[in-house]
Amino acid sequence: MELKTKVNAEEGKHDLVITREFDLPLELLFKAFTEPELIEQWMGTKVLKFEGRKFGGWQFETSDPKGNVVFKADGVIHEFSPNKRIVRTFEMAGVPFGVQLEASEFEAITDEKSRVNMHVIFESVAQRDEQLKLPFKQGINWAHNRLEEVMNKLR
Amino acid sequence: MNLRRDVFQAIADPTRRAILLLLASQSLTAGAIAANFDTARPTISKHLQILTECELLQQEQSGREIHYHINAKKMKEVADFIEPFRQMWDDRFNKLEAIMKNYKPKK
Repeated sequence: MELKTKVNAEEGKHDLVITREFDLPLELLFKAFTEPELIEQWMGTKVLKFEGRKFGGWQFETSDPKGNVVFKADGVIHEFSPNKRIVRTFEMAGVPFGVQLEASEFEAITDEKSRVNMHVIFESVAQRDEQLKLPFKQGINWAHNRLEEVMNKLR
Repeated sequence: MNLRRDVFQAIADPTRRAILLLLASQSLTAGAIAANFDTARPTISKHLQILTECELLQQEQSGREIHYHINAKKMKEVADFIEPFRQMWDDRFNKLEAIMKNYKPKK
């Protein structure tokens, strides 16, 4: 089966490319990336700030049900070309991954299909690999937390 | 059911990791696997069931016996550390697609 979302991260390089085709017109895809209430829905994070323009800033924050902040990221937008391209910096708070440069290109395949191509550039190979491993570690943590939850219920 | 999470849940348990290690070089029956542990036999059976359900182990019938062996393809998927990252984005993008398919522009 062809994978819909592709990640290309070559060994020893400090960048990666995420590609995905959508059954959506280009305008709708771009809207999903640039309207705060839509970003909040699919990214599962709160959008504190999103200024879709050159020199604009953006700020995301995610809290757990108890109100503890578990994810915080921000950056500055360097290019904002509607339905074409967004270039921005990305920095996650509290992790040693440095600042990333992200260039996202949007294109129409047909009237009803579109594609996004996200090129993410890291400061070093080590930082890129740490970032790649993050969901894996979270998965393990999730499993441990889940296990604890189950064990606590058994007590 | 989320298969990816099941796999992580499976490998997060020390006994199940030990079972996977044991089967890395051989295929064994449930009894032979249980003989390697102090844990009660039904507990080992439960572990084998979980590992089989998330496709890390495969069962093979030979005569009256069932042998367990490692599913190399699935193990590789877990070992490949890019895969969870890819799935994270895949989940997000699937959500995006679903949301935008129902999107009605505000008049």
